[in-house]
Amino acid sequence: MRKLIALFLFFAVTAQAETIAIVGGTVHTVGPDGTIENATVVIDNGRITAVGSNVSAPNGATVIDAAGKIVTPGIFSPEGNLGLVEVGFSAGPLDYVQTGNQFTASFDIADAFNPASTLIGVNRIEGVTRALIVPSTGFSEDMSSHVISGMAAVVNLSGDDDSIDRRGAALVVHLGERSVGLAGASRVSSLLVLRNALDEAIDYRVNGDAYQRGQHRDYAFSVSDLEALQPVLNGSVPMLVSVHRRSDIVGLIALTEEYGVRAIISGGAEAWMVADELAAANIPVLVHPSANLPSNFDRLNANAEAPAILANAGVTIAFADEETHNARNLTQSAGNATVVGMSWNDALRAITLSPAEIYGVAERLGSIEVGKQGDVVIWPGDPLELGIYPEAVLINGESVEMQSRQTLLRDRYLDPASTTPPAYRN
Amino acid sequence: MRTIILAAAAAACLVGCGADEADSGAGDAFASRYTPMPSEPTLITGATVLTGTGELLEDADVLMVDGLIAAVGQGLSHDGAIVIDGTGKWVTPGVIDVHSHLGVYPSPGTESHSDGNEISSPVTAEVWAEHSVWPHDPGFTTALAGGVTSMQILPGSANLMGGRGVTLRNVPGRSVMEMKFPDAPHGFKMACGENPKRVYGGRGQAPSTRMGNVAGYREAWIRAADYRDQLAAAENGEGSPPTRDLELETLAGVLNGEILVHNHCYRGDEMAIMLEIADEFGYEIAAFHHAVEAYKIADLLAESGTCAAMWADWWGFKMEAYDGIRENAAIVEQAGACAIIHSDSAIGIQRLNQEAAKVMGAAARVGIDIPPEVAIQWITRNAAQSLGIDEQTGTLEDGKMADVVLWNGDPFSVYTRAEQVWIDGALAYDLNDPSVNPITDFSLGTTAAIGGAQ
Repeated sequence: MRKLIALFLFFAVTAQAETIAIVGGTVHTVGPDGTIENATVVIDNGRITAVGSNVSAPNGATVIDAAGKIVTPGIFSPEGNLGLVEVGFSAGPLDYVQTGNQFTASFDIADAFNPASTLIGVNRIEGVTRALIVPSTGFSEDMSSHVISGMAAVVNLSGDDDSIDRRGAALVVHLGERSVGLAGASRVSSLLVLRNALDEAIDYRVNGDAYQRGQHRDYAFSVSDLEALQPVLNGSVPMLVSVHRRSDIVGLIALTEEYGVRAIISGGAEAWMVADELAAANIPVLVHPSANLPSNFDRLNANAEAPAILANAGVTIAFADEETHNARNLTQSAGNATVVGMSWNDALRAITLSPAEIYGVAERLGSIEVGKQGDVVIWPGDPLELGIYPEAVLINGESVEMQSRQTLLRDRYLDPASTTPPAYRN
Repeated sequence: MRTIILAAAAAACLVGCGADEADSGAGDAFASRYTPMPSEPTLITGATVLTGTGELLEDADVLMVDGLIAAVGQGLSHDGAIVIDGTGKWVTPGVIDVHSHLGVYPSPGTESHSDGNEISSPVTAEVWAEHSVWPHDPGFTTALAGGVTSMQILPGSANLMGGRGVTLRNVPGRSVMEMKFPDAPHGFKMACGENPKRVYGGRGQAPSTRMGNVAGYREAWIRAADYRDQLAAAENGEGSPPTRDLELETLAGVLNGEILVHNHCYRGDEMAIMLEIADEFGYEIAAFHHAVEAYKIADLLAESGTCAAMWADWWGFKMEAYDGIRENAAIVEQAGACAIIHSDSAIGIQRLNQEAAKVMGAAARVGIDIPPEVAIQWITRNAAQSLGIDEQTGTLEDGKMADVVLWNGDPFSVYTRAEQVWIDGALAYDLNDPSVNPITDFSLGTTAAIGGAQ
């Protein structure tokens, strides 16, 4: 029976929505109100209804005492494979890898999302509440996929069955050295794949009806792909483009202007060299802040100071951890960005509000503001500092169970003097 | 551990060497040609000092003279010394990484640079990692900016027995010989688990299973023991020595205690099996590397005197890493075993202090207190012990190599950086004076050259 209850708690991480008041903490709203000392955050029915130092807890609210604590928005992982993988290597198929050539823009990764993945539990108890999940990442060098890999989705880490927040949040595209081998031996080929897709989608927008009647030439791309590209063409869905070399980034800026499409850069090792141009073109960058080595010739000028240079030029940046299993280390990435010249507030923003803005969900996520969904994390100290882990995490206004497969393993082996076989230590 | 190393020095000559106690059969060939850079007497005053011996000294001084630690204490002075005000700063021994592939898998990671795995046979005890090291890897410089003063470069883990590892000073050299840590014993890379069986099983050859892995190790040790015995007999005038064999020479060096085993192994049950094999053939395992499940067998590690070299939090990228937990190193430490934080990464090596800090915080949540003076040993003293260089470096003690890092704050804070790094008492890196810092040939003309190491 005890086991059953533990299991129930483990999976049924959310309870009925209720009124919660987080009282007395230092609240970093990451919104217009900035940081508020000794503040109260009220969350009702999943949404934030009040924030301030002169707010009192409503009658009947569940009160969380945050005196002496730090309160922040939930962490937003801007690129990864959460819910799409358990074990990355030699352990079965990976749903974010598409072999063969059937699908491009219509490949919707949200259909593969598993809210019960062990990675979800491990990362959410360390403060990650939202994530962009992608069909292939810009950093998984060995994963074959496509120049146009498909549609990414915004998800939450509640574990609920309905935890997909936004399908089609970005179209994932690989250019530069990463794409060589996906489309042929040259980056010219991958650019042509992208141009052909956009050109055909434009043609389809005009001639789709004629095509359906059999009165138009065939397309190289499938109808489902061309349909999926329409919101990219009209600018409502951005392309998330993994690209590193300066010349490729300059080419991408020109391409976005030519087609009137929006882009987000993933990686962008040399993006800092054209920071002003990116700011002017309103192209955000997902920075890999620790990647300071020339790991290939596209990244000869990789620069540890890139986060600060980009941010100071006015480019919206978010930090992308290179490893999905440890999306929880985004706070460390942010902390490290502060020592190369980024402000603490900007660094926190880069793992909360900025990714929400980049993916068009900032009206309801990313900061502690009235009307937004109740993703709130309570920390015992500076959340960007090493070894500081959350004491409480709320997603959509509901406290998550502060337990994961890793904490269960840990607790089983904590007592070195135990003579009970591990399998009986529950 | 110390007795093993002394035994190693004696045993070396059994194998018919002669000149150098750490040559493992090759005579003077490939011996270290490292010479310390010129140094000036340097005195750091008023700092918080983590000695690496388990002590934290407040408001203490560290004096370096002639490339050695001359004194650690209070109220030190030395005529003509460069004096550095360490107020508000921290001093530690130079950081040591026991698991690096810098130089053998360098940046840029082109196919033509892929020199870390001799994937042509599951047992390649005859290869030496040092013969693959490219000294111009920009990763050496970025590691220096993270306070790394010595490191072991290992072959990869494709093979059951991947070859010899080499311990380097983190100094620029035209050849690997100019980087080699003088008189350091060789390491020997072995690998458990998924990698060897995947690489060779995928080709339809042995090993294709974990039991095949174990048979492969044991067969090799049987041949090695025979070779060693023939050599010993010949020394005693019984028969002639066997024809020199590079593979068996290395393996015999392990059996003689002269070469130290560094065993890539993730799972607790597999580490336990490797300890049995070591017992069967009479060798010791200096350290298990990765050791993601070390926390499950911490008592066995303490009992055998084997170190566990771990990441702070890598997990799940492969099946044998699925049970990784943040508290791993702390549980190993608590059991009285030798805990090490390693990198296996050109990025991770730049922040070994931060990796240790993440474990400290996780441990505190479950009531395991890992104070800074203990955590620093995971990346200094204990690492030196597993490499057999703890007599020379790894702690701030009189007479040891002056391998020293001055941090601009608590090294276990994310906001702290290595400000100055000395190797053998010579200033090798300065955060605030790029003119001091090395630039590899490869990095000329790139951003890395603008500010030196970043």
